[in-house]
Amino acid sequence: MTLPERIGASLQRVGALVLRHMYLLRGSWPRVLELMYWPTMQMVLWGFITVFLVNHSSWVAQASGVLISAVLLWDVLFRSQLGVALVFMEEMWSRNLGQLFVSPLRPTELVAALLTMSLIRTVIGVGGAALIAIPLFDYSIFSLGLPLIAFFVNLIIMGWAIGMIVSGIVLRYGLGAESMAWIAIFAVQPVSGVYYPVSILPEWLQWLAHALPSSYVFEGMRAVLFEHSFRVDLLVHAVLLNVVFLAVGISGFLAFFNIARTRGQLLQIGE
Amino acid sequence: MRHMSAVVRVTQLCKQFERVVAVDRVSFEVARGSTAALLGGNGAGKTTTLSILLGLLRPTTGEVSVLGVDMLRERYRVLERINFSSPYVDLPRRLTVRENLGVYGRLYNVKNLRSRIDAVVGELGIGALMPRPYGQLSAGQKTRVTLAKALLNEPELLLLDEPTASLDPDTADYARSLIERYRARTGATILLASHNMSEVERLCDGVIMLRAGRLVDQGTPQELLQRYGRKNMEEVFIDIAREREIGLALDGKEPSS
Repeated sequence: MTLPERIGASLQRVGALVLRHMYLLRGSWPRVLELMYWPTMQMVLWGFITVFLVNHSSWVAQASGVLISAVLLWDVLFRSQLGVALVFMEEMWSRNLGQLFVSPLRPTELVAALLTMSLIRTVIGVGGAALIAIPLFDYSIFSLGLPLIAFFVNLIIMGWAIGMIVSGIVLRYGLGAESMAWIAIFAVQPVSGVYYPVSILPEWLQWLAHALPSSYVFEGMRAVLFEHSFRVDLLVHAVLLNVVFLAVGISGFLAFFNIARTRGQLLQIGE
Repeated sequence: MRHMSAVVRVTQLCKQFERVVAVDRVSFEVARGSTAALLGGNGAGKTTTLSILLGLLRPTTGEVSVLGVDMLRERYRVLERINFSSPYVDLPRRLTVRENLGVYGRLYNVKNLRSRIDAVVGELGIGALMPRPYGQLSAGQKTRVTLAKALLNEPELLLLDEPTASLDPDTADYARSLIERYRARTGATILLASHNMSEVERLCDGVIMLRAGRLVDQGTPQELLQRYGRKNMEEVFIDIAREREIGLALDGKEPSS
């Protein structure tokens, strides 16, 4: 097989797995609704808090979209991580991993399919909530302009990295660890400076915050909204950290996969 | 015996899970175009051996070659030419049979996928099941669909784990006929694990007997019947399986080939 044929076959396998999960979404409107439900509920809650604070807080009054933007961008990170983990666990729930791993699908192609599905799910979920915010609060996150793309890409990559590690842990330790998919990301929320500047954290926690790409994204978001400036330095920090995060995430998943293969856990998936 | 045309070649295979030795220095070959059975009681090491052959499990030591390719290092070179079916490994339950076959056809890089699916569906008589979600099928229907998935890429090596488990006698006979026809038409090599000895007598040219992770005997069904002085494979199976309980250790005996 020539190199172009091999690449074509590889893309076809990634596409096949994406198609498998798109069939699942297409065949179940509750699943699509669920994707948009929580981002929308979060956005509505924080939208009304914003309405209240605009009249009672000078900080929020300076940029009324700050909380809605924060909640939507936070959901990009959350949905991205959850998307990877849930799509992977779907294969475990349906006892399909054995069939997949005896097919020519490579672990790296599985990773590519998981990341693609995570992107699709995040766009549907957060995109829906962002559109609903426009008529409801007269605020469009798209008014952030081009920086929004940089924020979105960085948050989704960080979510992928955490999602890959969570998926690896579930593969290694079984479905008893599936709650990790729901709780893992909240460990980084307090130090990501989602709703407040990183500077209000104790100094020792600021060190931790500065090790996370998300903290630079949310600082960057506030710079756009309050100072109307796009901080390239923050973007560079986020990108560099994300390179490390993604490398660790994918390597971690592949390492867990290899351990599972050695210990015979690919066929014996369960709690 | 060393077959020049062996499609499966297993050499001194060992798999140890902490203190448990699941497979212990097992060596065997399966010749091109033959059907071999991997037999043994529960916990004999059949599933572990099959999992290693498929690349789902990494052995502790030993070598596995399939279609001339080292499965421990280069398995992706050969996976498009192999397939597998087991009643214990599902397909996605919420996808229809048509969607499942489409997804797996793409995963196996099947050319002219639509016509290939039509051919396999016609061969297995599962046309009426195509629009139904896999999870809503009966056990027998599921087995037929997973067999269809296993035949999609016209594998040169077909690995079957208990291919007729939980099937009624009529459907089981249908499945066995299908396996026979497939082998006759394509010259494929088949390795199956089964607890059904009449199935083994009907389908298999060779039998590999495992007990407590060790290969204890092998040969054609006729050779084994003669060697053990029995009328059918079920009696041979019981003889070998009960050696452990009555203490007539075969462990020291060189397995026949």
